[in-house]
Amino acid sequence: MYAQMVKSTGQGVKSLDEMDPVEREFQEKVDADIRIEPRDWMPEGYKKTLIRQIGQHAHSEIVGQLPEGNWITRAPTLERKMILLAKVQDEAGHGLYLYCAAETLGISRDDMTEQLLSGKMKYSSIFNYPTLTWADIGAVGWLVDGAAIMNQVPLQRTSYGPYARAMVRICKEESFHQRQGYDIMMRMAKGSEAQRRMAQDALNRFWYPSLMMFGPSDANSVHSEQSMAWKIKINTNDELRQKFVDQTVPQAEYLGLTVPDETLAWNEEKGGYDFAEPDWDEFFDVLKGAGPVNNDRLEARRKAWDDGAWVRDGLLAHAEKRAARKVAAE
Amino acid sequence: MSKEWPLWEIFIRGQHGLSHRHVGSLHAPDAETAVKNARDVYTRRNEGVSIWVVEAKHITATAPGDKGPIFEPSESKIYRHPTFYDIPDEIGHM
Ligand SMILES: [Fe+2]
Ligand SMILES: [Fe+2]
Ligand SMILES: [Fe+2]
Repeated sequence: MYAQMVKSTGQGVKSLDEMDPVEREFQEKVDADIRIEPRDWMPEGYKKTLIRQIGQHAHSEIVGQLPEGNWITRAPTLERKMILLAKVQDEAGHGLYLYCAAETLGISRDDMTEQLLSGKMKYSSIFNYPTLTWADIGAVGWLVDGAAIMNQVPLQRTSYGPYARAMVRICKEESFHQRQGYDIMMRMAKGSEAQRRMAQDALNRFWYPSLMMFGPSDANSVHSEQSMAWKIKINTNDELRQKFVDQTVPQAEYLGLTVPDETLAWNEEKGGYDFAEPDWDEFFDVLKGAGPVNNDRLEARRKAWDDGAWVRDGLLAHAEKRAARKVAAE
Repeated sequence: MSKEWPLWEIFIRGQHGLSHRHVGSLHAPDAETAVKNARDVYTRRNEGVSIWVVEAKHITATAPGDKGPIFEPSESKIYRHPTFYDIPDEIGHM
């Protein structure tokens, strides 16, 4: 999931009786699956939590361009290069749809960017791992976009209208991402022995970080409980992780690759796989900034923001000058 | 601190001759750039044949609180719908 550990109000979920009439009306709309729109009344906590969640999601799309952008110039064929370019361009679009959705809640785009650059707002832990080989690009599309889709599909039904609509657009585009990744993996897994080893190595390195994308178990989290009552979170982290594992293991088998988990076993009773949890200490370290490439990622974003400042200012000055000239001529 | 580019609302006419439909928004310094960016962001897969951009501040909207007074009057006017009228079967399609 692209938004991890989003904190809500921290208080327990109120019952309808405990709410004042305005809040009750709001909650009843949510319960009845009526979308909340930007100018409708909403609890402060709902708004704040959404800004955090959508902002984190948007930042993830943008920072997520970096690990893949890393391979555009070194893609093995012109076709692969065009495909990867299109994929990375889509992610820029996803970031934009989400920033726009967040802006309807009253936070500005620049404000969000600055909070990302100062480290105040987070992005998904997954993008703090490097892409070392071409097979990593396959693994990212297959596993990382695969995990993102798992999370994003239910969010198309989220209670906040602009967020739900952004998700619909995003989901339409994501399946190409996962398929192009799997396509790379198929080619590598069925290629030379060296290519097969590269594919296996990519799966080894991306398996647990992908499982971390869903966040630690939130079965007993007050934040999640509140977010679920507001329908800005639809499933628990464990539910989504289970679904992801169940979907992915047969795909790995088809590739002839081994999921790096010796405890992995089909559990007939629950109708899903038993699997090992990722190392949550590592997860919290990465969130705190100690992942393999946290610094590089933020540095790259800061550089892009700073280096682009004169372009943003220049284009705006030009537009203002032309507008003034037009007014003078009228 | 630099000033932020204004926000533009984007409307796209799809392939099938329908009206322009709101698809989202973006920031751009001026209308021409907004159109170019809208092309890149919202029509990457043949979604449109025409683009409108409108600066968000120029849009006037109904307030959520006015929903009742504005829209309720039409609710009771069921005679505006064809199903209000019973036409005998022998008349055929009408
Ligand atoms: Fe995306
Ligand atoms: Fe993505
Ligand atoms: Fe994607």
